[in-house]
Amino acid sequence: MSARAGDEAASRRHKETEMKLPVAEMLQASGKWFAQEGPLGDAILSTRVRLARNLSGHRFPTRALPEEQERLLTRAEQQLLPRIEEFSGARLHRVDGLSLLERHLLLERHLISHDLIGEGSGRAVLFAPDEAISVMVNEEDHFRLQALRAGFQLDACHAAASHVDDQLESYVEYAFSDNFGYLTACPTNVGTAMRASVLVHLPGLVLTKRVKKVISGISQVGFTVRGFYGEGTDVLGNFFQISNQVTLGEKESQILLNLERIVHQVLEYEERARDVLVKDAAAQVEDKVMRALGVLRHAQLLTSEEMIGLMSAVRLGTSLGLAGLPPAHTLSEILLFGQSAHLQAQAGGELGSAQRNARRAEFVRERLLETSSATGNQAPGQGARRDRNDE
Amino acid sequence: MKCQVCGVADASVHVKEVQNEQVTELHLCQKCAREKGYHSMLDQSKQALASQFVWMAENLFPEADAEMGQIQCAECGLKYSDLVQTGRLGCPLCYVHLEPQLKQIVRRVHGAVRHIGKAPGREGEVFEHRRHIQKLHEELARAIEREEYERAAAIRDELRSLDRHAGEEESEEA
Repeated sequence: MSARAGDEAASRRHKETEMKLPVAEMLQASGKWFAQEGPLGDAILSTRVRLARNLSGHRFPTRALPEEQERLLTRAEQQLLPRIEEFSGARLHRVDGLSLLERHLLLERHLISHDLIGEGSGRAVLFAPDEAISVMVNEEDHFRLQALRAGFQLDACHAAASHVDDQLESYVEYAFSDNFGYLTACPTNVGTAMRASVLVHLPGLVLTKRVKKVISGISQVGFTVRGFYGEGTDVLGNFFQISNQVTLGEKESQILLNLERIVHQVLEYEERARDVLVKDAAAQVEDKVMRALGVLRHAQLLTSEEMIGLMSAVRLGTSLGLAGLPPAHTLSEILLFGQSAHLQAQAGGELGSAQRNARRAEFVRERLLETSSATGNQAPGQGARRDRNDE
Repeated sequence: MKCQVCGVADASVHVKEVQNEQVTELHLCQKCAREKGYHSMLDQSKQALASQFVWMAENLFPEADAEMGQIQCAECGLKYSDLVQTGRLGCPLCYVHLEPQLKQIVRRVHGAVRHIGKAPGREGEVFEHRRHIQKLHEELARAIEREEYERAAAIRDELRSLDRHAGEEESEEA
């Protein structure tokens, strides 16, 4: 280890002691939900199901007094959440006790929402070691239960979230009405209070300029399309989040089935768009993919947006079966760990944007090098097409 | 800033598009944004939902809506006008005290006014029931291990009766 690296490690250890989150553990990918290879993982990054639950006789967090929020949080921390088997041994993290960097780390992990980044007291997050199941306390609703899985796994996600819900319910009285269902702070969530979302990669539809039509079609049948981090965020790297808008008047199973059908339909359009691309512009597509890989392998500075865009092109190549490219789940992992808060957590503290861009480029270069040596160092760009069944 | 398309109305929708690494920015009024196909983006945001309510309150029936804005939740004091502004309710009982207004909103958003999905109670009981059965199985195994056969027989009887009970309930539901 060089003197510089040694110093950095020491400084990281020092700074980690100031961090409240188990950062070192969180920076290990193995055992986490996103390190798994999920069904249809080429095109679908992740599936998420979120249930909003509120307690009867308590004001919703946005209108509750700080001491009311604090009382509810204490009760959740001491009496409710420790009894839920998925969270046994997990620690609840009060968001106001976390640094901004730690909050951003949680945001990049999809464990907290944008709303929890800002100031506010009495709010917390708790997650299982594999991060596949988590709960936010005192966000917009008292409890937001969330299940995450790699690839396309709507039923598994719903079952996981529902299992936590069943346990929590046996200890509390939920705010529920026969007409309106589970009562939520925002009437757009009332009823099942379930939001299921699927993060899909649609480069074919974007490149063939058909994506707007597809999105407008989806929104006409009770579903919404959003950016990478959900509500109000930009579409980055051709990743789109499709989720149900309607939460009342249909059973959970029906909502999930409808979403499943919509996603399959969108994937079929994407497949057709890719066929068009391969038929009309195979050389250009391959050139785009390989140029992207070249830049990622050699760049010395990478902004987050540039990385996400280039990774999207490489991912397209992987799903088209071009030879010598990393598998989709490795790409997902690089995408996650190459984001700003992850890089800074790895470095042990805040970095300026120039330092971040240098570190990001270095991280991506190293990870791609590891992957290419692990996959037998196939020479990329030979135009060889693997049989898709080989993956 | 004026809308880039009609040049008349104020631009309130700002769209940034990245295509082939070229960033283009569009500043449009609501009407032109809709015509250009950005209506899904408009409809998505809860702010837009809230502003729709505001629009209704201001334009449709000004006198009646000013009155409606004063309707209040007797529990937490939230006024209908607060809901219009923030898109958020104050407490679970708002759904009782503002029921007629909320029914309208819920119908508009969800196309229905009656929940038919999961409900608390049943699942909680089922869960408790499953947990109880699991505990009995564990106790049964322990009793057999310790050669406490009388106790094991009693536990087995209890498990059988629970099983029968569950079977009857299922056939009732069918």
